[in-house]
Amino acid sequence: MLRRKWFYFLLVFLMVVSFAAGCALPEEDAAEPSETDELEEPVEEDDLFSIYGIYSTPAEEPWVSVINEACDKLVEEGKATFAYTDNLGYAGDFERELRQVADELQPDLITGDAFGNEEAARRVAKDFPDIAFAFGSGLGPVEPNFSVFDNWIHEPAYLLGVIAAHMTETDKIGIVGGMPVPEVNRIANAFLFGVKGYNEDATVYVTFINSWFDPAEAKEATLAQIEQGADILYAERFGVIEAAEENDIWAFGQMTDQNDLAPDYVISSAVWNLTPTFEYLLSSIEGGTYTAQDLKDFCMMGKGGAYLAPFHGLEEELPADLIDLVNQLEQDIKDGVLRVDIDESTPDAVN
Amino acid sequence: MLIGAFTGFATAYLTGSLWAGVFAACLIGILAGLLMALMTVYLGVNQHVSGLGITLFCTGLAYYAFRVIFGTPSHPPQITPFDQVNLMGDVAVLGPIFRQYPLTYYAIVLVPVVWVILYRTNFGLKIRAVGENPEAADAAGINVYGVRTVSLMIAGAFMGVAGAFLTLSTLGFFTFDIIAGRGWVCIALVIFANWIPQRVLLGAFIFGGVQALQLRLQLTGVKFPYELFLTLPYVVTIIALTIANRNAAYPAALLKPYKRE
Repeated sequence: MLRRKWFYFLLVFLMVVSFAAGCALPEEDAAEPSETDELEEPVEEDDLFSIYGIYSTPAEEPWVSVINEACDKLVEEGKATFAYTDNLGYAGDFERELRQVADELQPDLITGDAFGNEEAARRVAKDFPDIAFAFGSGLGPVEPNFSVFDNWIHEPAYLLGVIAAHMTETDKIGIVGGMPVPEVNRIANAFLFGVKGYNEDATVYVTFINSWFDPAEAKEATLAQIEQGADILYAERFGVIEAAEENDIWAFGQMTDQNDLAPDYVISSAVWNLTPTFEYLLSSIEGGTYTAQDLKDFCMMGKGGAYLAPFHGLEEELPADLIDLVNQLEQDIKDGVLRVDIDESTPDAVN
Repeated sequence: MLIGAFTGFATAYLTGSLWAGVFAACLIGILAGLLMALMTVYLGVNQHVSGLGITLFCTGLAYYAFRVIFGTPSHPPQITPFDQVNLMGDVAVLGPIFRQYPLTYYAIVLVPVVWVILYRTNFGLKIRAVGENPEAADAAGINVYGVRTVSLMIAGAFMGVAGAFLTLSTLGFFTFDIIAGRGWVCIALVIFANWIPQRVLLGAFIFGGVQALQLRLQLTGVKFPYELFLTLPYVVTIIALTIANRNAAYPAALLKPYKRE
């Protein structure tokens, strides 16, 4: 009897272990076997610039997918090799994987998202001073080798606010965001400045769903705003555009050009583009001038790190003078004569 | 739920038929239920352990299959989800209430169906018997293992379709973390509702209603931390269902594997 119990226990144990392995494997399966092989050879030949990504979230997460897009572009241009491990979470796997990659693969540059793993990322970077670390982070850079970047897309968000101010018929506009952290607040506030600067009477609703990823909840929050009369929506999270499409109203996307999610309803998006950041990293590391720094400027409109997505044919729905105004403001930002304030305080629910 | 959400989505995406998606989600749910039955009914494994194990397994499997079929797109692949069905036209109050997705109507219809099966049929009596007193049920000639297995398969089918509701009705796409803990809310609802179908429905309505209400309360501009609004559905549901059943009576053989002597 006892032996049978042990047998069952062993069985369950095996089951749990294999599940745990199964959970960890998919992303490594998808990313590593093929790509690390490719990666290791060039490293041995000391030939191509090598980049490795270490992500807490799944690679599909919009924030992280921007890093992947920029790195994939460098790979396509034949300038670098790239591989990544994702979905490492916030319970220690991140640091272990990061240390292992730094130790065994020794890529030229390690990137990723340090949110939630801020100390761990800096701990590992300190132990490998010869490798460049550039992470998405809410905190500062560390000498000699730890640089930070973030989605500084408040400028295109401001321009979207200007568009919303002119387009709304009900004078009610909605934003659905994840959590009121600085990176979200500054985007929401910039959008608010844009709206209020051109339409003082407009009411802007700001709802936080208190989750980074819950599209169903984001959709519900959006429906509540639509019932209040909101007729233009800023989709800080996934789920908003679906509600807009269902109710036949306009929406703005964020992070990537999200027009393809609902081509007839997404007027434009506040797009983040890491290509300038990674091109700069590549040239400075290869040129031997790399130093720990905040790469913020490379994520803003001036250097092409942020931009307003094309209208994809929807410009016909916008008044011509509004398009002229937006183009002018965009040029002013690029020329350095218009500066969009950075306000990271939590916006009110109703503004 | 996640594997149901994924299977439903992938099938609808690949075949172009939403109902094929619902059917596939149902099937995969039945398979998950069978696996659970194998573990808990036949091998007598602790239900918490095997339940968590199977949840992790299905989650990993769904993500793995997603990567195999769809790769790692920066925008989730999309399908056109179910349209809402309007039963009442534009009647003032009832109109919005009866504008729901088809699966929502089926879910509500299922509650009385489950009640009738559980309390008014021979099969339902057997299900309750093997949950209350498997020894007596066995002595009465009921196949305890068989009834428990079938129950788990039915439960699995419901769960699979519940997951598919999110991908096929609400959103029209599948992404990681799409369920966001809703399955655990369901388990809590069943426990608080004392395993009585109509009370589960009541609890679900309270939970969903307050959930919708708190989002609208936030927009009234009351200066109140939004985090507290977000806790409202949980708090109200717990209070309501606790008041409703102070004499909690869960199935006597709950969580107990049955071994034939």
